[in-house]
Amino acid sequence: MDSATSEVPSLRTPLSDAAETGLKIVIVGGFGAGKTTLVRSVSEIRPLNTEEVMTQAGVGVDDPHQVASKTTTTVAFDFGRISLSKRMVLYLFGAPGQERFWFLWDRLFSGTLGAVVLVDTRRMDDSWYAIDRLEHHRTPFVVAVNRFDDEPERYSLDEIRQALALPAHVPLVDCDARVRSSGKDVLIALVDHLYEMSLAQQTPQTPQTPQAQQAPQPRQAPQEMTP
Amino acid sequence: MTRKPVDTGDPDRLYMITGGRTRTDDSFDLVTLVVTESEPTAGMQSEHVRILEMCRHPTALVEVAAEMKLPITVVRILLGDLLATGRISARHPPSPRSAASLPDTDLLKEVLHGLRNL
Repeated sequence: MDSATSEVPSLRTPLSDAAETGLKIVIVGGFGAGKTTLVRSVSEIRPLNTEEVMTQAGVGVDDPHQVASKTTTTVAFDFGRISLSKRMVLYLFGAPGQERFWFLWDRLFSGTLGAVVLVDTRRMDDSWYAIDRLEHHRTPFVVAVNRFDDEPERYSLDEIRQALALPAHVPLVDCDARVRSSGKDVLIALVDHLYEMSLAQQTPQTPQTPQAQQAPQPRQAPQEMTP
Repeated sequence: MTRKPVDTGDPDRLYMITGGRTRTDDSFDLVTLVVTESEPTAGMQSEHVRILEMCRHPTALVEVAAEMKLPITVVRILLGDLLATGRISARHPPSPRSAASLPDTDLLKEVLHGLRNL
C-alpha cells in the first residue's frame, strides 16, 4: 500500500532504538525569565511546542472575561530533549509559572524528577508562586538566577535567597540561560541535589532527618527588595 | 505534498479525529516512548498512519503531539487505539513509588553521568 502522506520528511532527529526510559525536568519561571532560552541552549533538538486542551479546572481562571459556558482552554508549552545515553532520554519542559497555570502543572508534570525555578530579579514575584507550589507538592527544585545585562542593580545570591525566603537546603545558583555550559550546570545542580536527597532517603538510620522530608511550612510573605 | 496541519483551533475537527471519544488512556505519560510494531494498512485513519510512520524509532508522546500539531489529550486517545490493536508498544517512564519519593540513586547517577558528558 502506498499512501500519499507516507514518508513525510521529518525535522526530528530520531532517538536511539535502544531508548527505553524517558525522564522529565520542568523549567518554571515567569514570562520572559528565559525558560525557552534555557531549553534551547541545552536541547539537542530545536525546542518544540505543544499544547494541551484543558477542561473544567482551568476554566475561568484563564480569563475572567470569558463567558461562563466556555468548557475548554488551551495551554501551550515548549520542550526540548537531551539524550543522556543510548537508553535514557531527558525531556525539559518550560512551564509558565504564574498562578493561573498551576492546574496545568498538576496534570501534566506529575512524575517529574525535579524542577528548576528560573528567576528574573526584575520580576521576583513571578518566582514566588512557583516556589510555593513546588514546596506544597514536595517537588525537589533548585533556583537559578538568570542574569540579565540590564539589571538595574545586581543583587547577591544571599540577598535573593532572603527575598525569596528560600530555605538553606535549596540550591541557589547563577546562570546565563543563553549559554549551553551554564544551562548544563543548572541541570547538574538539580540532579546533584536530587542525588543527595535520594541518598539521605535510602539511609533512614542517619540521625539527622533530611529537611526535604519535613512537612512543608507555609511560606511567609516575601520581603521587599529595596535597592 | 504539503498538508496543512490539523486545525487545532477547531474542537469539531478534534472530535472527528477521536471519533467523539474524550476519555484518554492515562497510562501514557508525556515522555512515554512509543515504538511502531507493524506497518500501516490500507484503510487506516490517517492520524494512525502518521503515528506509525513517526514511531519507527522510539518517540515520546509529547513529540508525537508537537509534530502532528494535536493536543496531548487527542494523541493519548490515538495511541490508546494503536496499543489496543498491538500496532505500537509503549515504554513507560519509571513510576514513582509515591508522590513524595525520589528516584533511586543508580538512576540519578546515570543522569548525572549523561549530563556531565554533554
